[in-house]
Amino acid sequence: MIDFYLEPRSGVAPYMQLVHQVQQALRLGMLTTGDQLPTVKQVVAKIAINPNTVLKAYRELERQGLVAPKPGRGTFVTATLAGEDLTAQAALAGELAAWITKARGAGLDDEAIEAVFTTTLRKAQQEQP
Amino acid sequence: MNTPVLTAHALTKRYGTHPALTEATLDIPAGRIVGLVGPNGAGKSTLLALAAGLIRPTSGHIEVLGRKPAADAEQLARVGFVAQDTPVYAGLSVADHLKLGEHLNPTWDKQFAADRIKQIGLDPAKQAGRLSGGQRAQLALTIAAAKRPELLIFDEPVAALDPLARRAFLQNLMEFVAEIDVSVILSSHLISDVERVCDHLIILAESRVQVAGEIDDLTAGHYRLVAPRGTLTDLPDGVDLIAADHTDRQTTLIVHNTNPTPLAISGAEPIGLEDMVLTYLHRAEGTTAPTLEETRA
Repeated sequence: MIDFYLEPRSGVAPYMQLVHQVQQALRLGMLTTGDQLPTVKQVVAKIAINPNTVLKAYRELERQGLVAPKPGRGTFVTATLAGEDLTAQAALAGELAAWITKARGAGLDDEAIEAVFTTTLRKAQQEQP
Repeated sequence: MNTPVLTAHALTKRYGTHPALTEATLDIPAGRIVGLVGPNGAGKSTLLALAAGLIRPTSGHIEVLGRKPAADAEQLARVGFVAQDTPVYAGLSVADHLKLGEHLNPTWDKQFAADRIKQIGLDPAKQAGRLSGGQRAQLALTIAAAKRPELLIFDEPVAALDPLARRAFLQNLMEFVAEIDVSVILSSHLISDVERVCDHLIILAESRVQVAGEIDDLTAGHYRLVAPRGTLTDLPDGVDLIAADHTDRQTTLIVHNTNPTPLAISGAEPIGLEDMVLTYLHRAEGTTAPTLEETRA
């Protein structure tokens, strides 16, 4: 079982924060197929959020094919994000490290590198949500 | 569950010549937790009192759960109202409050009330006047919920509570909502609390509804646009200008995209709930409408 938390000033909608936390737990192997997510009642009692928010997050995870509800029993993990993902991540991190070296060589400092990365990521998000 | 929890059309309340609420038009679906925000004197308490049927409108219409507020005993039983500062009878014990609730409410759930009091850890023999602010709020919440209403209305339930008591109150309230399938309308000054517990928002200022809707829709529809001055001369149809700030080089706009499609302007950044609320409150205070190009003397 995992615990949720809420970052009030993150600017990310509360239901998305829950979705991200489950995805993250799946990526890190803290949750695997067959594990149960906390019930809606457990989540609201713990972090004082709207039950509809929890339901919305679980519906989104269901839509992504990561969890499935079992009537009367709760919501269970049906897929995992670890495995091949981790190998792919290592390769991507290597490419990114090479790019950072290149950016430094072009005279960019760390702040400039971050700015290029976030603006490009944001642009990509807008083009392909 | 399909009857809207609250509908209002041109709802107006005046005290003499003083407008407390002006032409409020609202349509709130059932099953929501509604946050009502705005500065003091904006009309929040007036709107809540109208919904509870404690006062009558000067003009306009309001329906709560499909009927006139406080129309009869049956309608009264469907709505639980907790006034500001969660009043209790100081001279009566916690147990007396539950007895009173049982006698006055035909739909009282005795087991539910007893369980909650036990869970919160309130001593039934203790006089209500000797409870802490947080305990008093929890008692008022328990009594309002034990009558098993379809709608719970709270006027600033957490304003006087310390952060721990505030969180405990909200946890309890959310447990109720998960357990008894109730709609909630609450007013608050704390946007972070509203963001945490509410899914529908009404912003009131200067006695008028500034904006109302599902919080996720509202935050997804509001953007900040920053551009060199003079380059933002036109906005697409369906995009409302909420605020504009001009320096000699830069123009910053807050816009509300009312179209179903995302805003296709480069450099548009979504704004958070707090910034959105503050923008509307500032706009209500201002005397002139924002313009795309500031005219300078």
